Amino acid sequence: MTTTTGPTAGAEVGRARVRKEDARLITGRTRWTDNITLTGLLHLAMVRSPVAHGRITGIDVEAARQLPGVVAVFTGADLDAEQGGIPCAWPINAADTPPRHVSIATDTVRFAGEIVAVVVARDAASAKDATEAVEVDYDPLEPVLDMEAALAEGSTLVHPDHGSNTWAFFPFDSVAAGATSGPTADEAIAAAEADPDAVVVTRRWRQQRLIPAFMEPRSVVVDPTTEQLTVWSSTQVPHVLRTMLGLTLGLPEHKLRVIAPDVGGGFGGKLQLTPEEILTVLVARRLARPVKWTETRSESLVSGHHGRDQIQDITVAARKDGSVTALKIELIADMGAYLGLFTPSIPIFGAFIGPAIYKFPSYLFTCTDVFTTKTPTDAYRGAGRPEVTFAVERIMDELAVELGRDPMDLRQQNWITNTEFPFTNAGGLTYDSGNYEAATAKAMELFDYAGLRLEQERRRQSGDPVQLGIGISTYTEMCGLAPSRLLGALGAGAGGWEHAAIRMLPTGKVEVVTGSSAHGQGHETAWSQIATDQLGVPFEDIEVLHGDTQVSPKGMDTYGSRSLPVGGTAVVKCAQRVVEKAKKVAAHLLEASEDDLEFTAGRFVVRGTDKGLAIQEVVFATFLSHNFPEGVEPSLDSEYTFDPENFSFPHGTHLAAMEVDTDTGRVTLRDYVCVDDVGAVVNPLIVDGQVHGGLAQGIAQALFEEATYDEQGTLVTGTFVDYTIPSAADLPSFTTERTETPATTNPLGVKGVGEAGTIASTPAIVNGVLDAIRHLGVTQVEMPCTPQRVWRAIQDARGHATQETPIDTHSPGAGLGSIDPNNPQGEVQ
Amino acid sequence: MIPSAFDYVKPASVADAVTALRGGGEDATILAGGQSLLPVLRLRLAAPSLLVDLGGIPELRGVREDGDRIAIGAMTSYHDIVGDDLVRQHVALLAQATQTVADGQVRHLGTLGGSLAHADPAGDLGAVALALDAELVIAGASGSRTVTAAEFFVDYFTTAIGEGEILTEIRFPRYTGWGSHYEKFNRTAQAWSMVAVAAAIAVEGGTVAAARVGLTNMGTTPIRATGVEQALIGRPATPEAVRAAAEHATEGTAAPSDADAARDYREHLARVLTGRAVLAAAG
Repeated sequence: MTTTTGPTAGAEVGRARVRKEDARLITGRTRWTDNITLTGLLHLAMVRSPVAHGRITGIDVEAARQLPGVVAVFTGADLDAEQGGIPCAWPINAADTPPRHVSIATDTVRFAGEIVAVVVARDAASAKDATEAVEVDYDPLEPVLDMEAALAEGSTLVHPDHGSNTWAFFPFDSVAAGATSGPTADEAIAAAEADPDAVVVTRRWRQQRLIPAFMEPRSVVVDPTTEQLTVWSSTQVPHVLRTMLGLTLGLPEHKLRVIAPDVGGGFGGKLQLTPEEILTVLVARRLARPVKWTETRSESLVSGHHGRDQIQDITVAARKDGSVTALKIELIADMGAYLGLFTPSIPIFGAFIGPAIYKFPSYLFTCTDVFTTKTPTDAYRGAGRPEVTFAVERIMDELAVELGRDPMDLRQQNWITNTEFPFTNAGGLTYDSGNYEAATAKAMELFDYAGLRLEQERRRQSGDPVQLGIGISTYTEMCGLAPSRLLGALGAGAGGWEHAAIRMLPTGKVEVVTGSSAHGQGHETAWSQIATDQLGVPFEDIEVLHGDTQVSPKGMDTYGSRSLPVGGTAVVKCAQRVVEKAKKVAAHLLEASEDDLEFTAGRFVVRGTDKGLAIQEVVFATFLSHNFPEGVEPSLDSEYTFDPENFSFPHGTHLAAMEVDTDTGRVTLRDYVCVDDVGAVVNPLIVDGQVHGGLAQGIAQALFEEATYDEQGTLVTGTFVDYTIPSAADLPSFTTERTETPATTNPLGVKGVGEAGTIASTPAIVNGVLDAIRHLGVTQVEMPCTPQRVWRAIQDARGHATQETPIDTHSPGAGLGSIDPNNPQGEVQ
Repeated sequence: MIPSAFDYVKPASVADAVTALRGGGEDATILAGGQSLLPVLRLRLAAPSLLVDLGGIPELRGVREDGDRIAIGAMTSYHDIVGDDLVRQHVALLAQATQTVADGQVRHLGTLGGSLAHADPAGDLGAVALALDAELVIAGASGSRTVTAAEFFVDYFTTAIGEGEILTEIRFPRYTGWGSHYEKFNRTAQAWSMVAVAAAIAVEGGTVAAARVGLTNMGTTPIRATGVEQALIGRPATPEAVRAAAEHATEGTAAPSDADAARDYREHLARVLTGRAVLAAAG
């Protein structure tokens, strides 16, 4: 615990402050969207298709309309003329128009969970009751569930008008892009195949489908009775939402106000313009009444966008001395049924960081974006980078096995050394800084790498039923989205700047307005720390305002580990403008030349004298403006919009000690050490928190979570009984340490930390699982590495191939999770 | 997450509860701790017309000695069972298994009677009741009757509790001095058991004198592993002997096959976990 008394310049950044927003967020005595109640508020409930793919042949809403409390029921036919189509801001395929992404289906449903009717009632319970009275008839069409089958000739089409289930094909060739010279990756791989002194390793892996599973379910409240139609939404992107809502619905932007009040997590899952936001606005306008929609957890799991879901074909070529010569990453990525805001571009975020920390002399990345009749995919923590990081960190382990090398030793042979920065990788990115040697050395010492290798050998020798594996991930990532010019060159429909404004209040208190949109990250504390150092005012005198387009009119919001490197930098630059302005006023008041003034610890002092003024005194003098310099605007308030010149590149070394019980297949994470280099640290507590949460989500992909569909295209994992997110009880106490190599591209030297843990940990865990049982002959376990999968892999490797019993169509005995929500009759007493 | 509308009563006595239940007809349901029923209602997988809340009947809570039995009120919470000295001393297996149920919040609300009456074969406490030869006291309009655990569990989510009847008490013989262990296998710490094994063992002079073994989630009801028990008795409690006995674990089972564990894997787990449970119980 820390406290401050009075201004202490330079002391705040780096301090492990407890977050000032936590008391209200944790107790819930705050403004979650669902807490908002307006006079005359009506409640929406959605009727969703239980069918993955089908034609709507009839909807009968009359019975629902007659129920008590019901105000209206709308179908696609009622709203289609106004609903427009949800836009895709980064389509990747510039040649074709994205299939219309309707908010409410009109004639065809394309995933189970798609909205087919909206009920409006005086209370939420009546609305929910009425959804059960809406009768919808479907003429079923064949679901499209398997990506490769979807690509095959003659497959049923998700969008017949598009003519193909392929939405886009994106290639990145390092030679064509000018990032490397000499042979292309395909040429280098062909040469290696013909060379007895070279090896080529090819693997196929699956990135399973995941669900962001934020804590606060999504909720929208719309008030159409004010001059600006006001939308409260549990969103990560209030600014993007305002612009996109206006464009989609043809509403003038200046007539819209969007507020993201306190938002309980997002993980990319709230980086969207949702059908529910559109429909809530449409219904509020139609009825001229305030309305609210709040989802249930099961609704969230089935209809909020999903993440990952790729097939990865990975090839690495190397000389037998271990030096790598080529990397090829070929992805097939599931879009789901429609393109959301960033759906097609998510896997492409990985294209440029694919070479990771290694000096690949040639590189090829391709991605095929495919439609299926599943819930749309889009951003999920890491967004494209976890997938390629998994690919490259897993293939480095496979290469080490092929060459009989220690996997860390092989990495070290190929990584960019500390003296080689700035370094342009084969993906065309210029890494400004890094020190892989330092992070790795620290991690290996904390982990006792050598000691664990000895223990591993002992257990192998003794045939211990519990085997030990060591998993490595020496990742890097690109954060701080992003230089606007680069985004434009890549076809994105937005820039990557961020905005800040500072208002100096007459009493010396300060409002810092940011375009970043915190939803659990701790911006209010961190931005206060930054502003405290810059302005020399007490931490407690700063209020950080965000998430309301009336208060914070300009912003690009929070995702992609961008808030601190971009939004935090905007705060620094903005505060410097305030000080510049104040300096003019102080010079006038002190009857000194500006050049003779120093600003330290919140005071302007005439150099060499004891004459000075506190910034608060300058602020008050500006408020009065009685005695003010000629021709100077009487305001210290300032704004700054910062556009980064480059991404930032956090990196680190993660080590996992995995125990595998070979009798049951149970995998236990015994010990986890990570040393991350996220640049300079504003608040170590917040950084640790981000790393812990990120690790939990990355480990969850490796061991626990998977969104699965049955053969009809119904999401099977529709509750938290079946979608198994881990809790603290499933994870060890992490050892999180840091090295600090400052980023050179922003004045704070920060790199971003929101996604590091998620990106790094998944391959470390899977590498560790395989390392534990590879000597038994196991070469592959699909994610999540469930006990059953691990056990079967071991049995297969031992030559005791198992005959897996088919899954019961209705399986008794698995608790609540065995009750099929689509066939609920009669199971429960 | 909003249940269908229902009527709600909270009677103060078992007699009043029985009356309310009978008056509510076949769509009336008992609310105990709510940890199974409420999620089902909120998902609208069930829509009872009347909930009879047993939370207002003090006599249904608590643990007492009753001759050679330990009698536990049906509404005694998991938390209270885990911490109860009588249970820990004489029915330690029950305390051990109860400690593994879900999380602390659920254990403060969920009840032993509610869990047994719900009769989910993935629930942990049925196997314990069955293995330890518990007796269950069921109250109805014409007074109380007692059934054995073997009689109590009829099928998937189905027990010997008839319409208009209430489970009021669970009575365990004393297993003072026995070794016991509940070996649970699940995907995450708070998940339902994929398979679990409840074992109580009395060892005399290095030899198994008596054994009680119950299986969770290996059929439509909890299952008594009698083949294992018979194979253990009179044999030394060595790893070899125990593992040989554990090979009988799947006799008479009809394990479900689902995405977490297909039947063949569940059967394998049942054998491995039985060996572990018995060895741990035998100390």
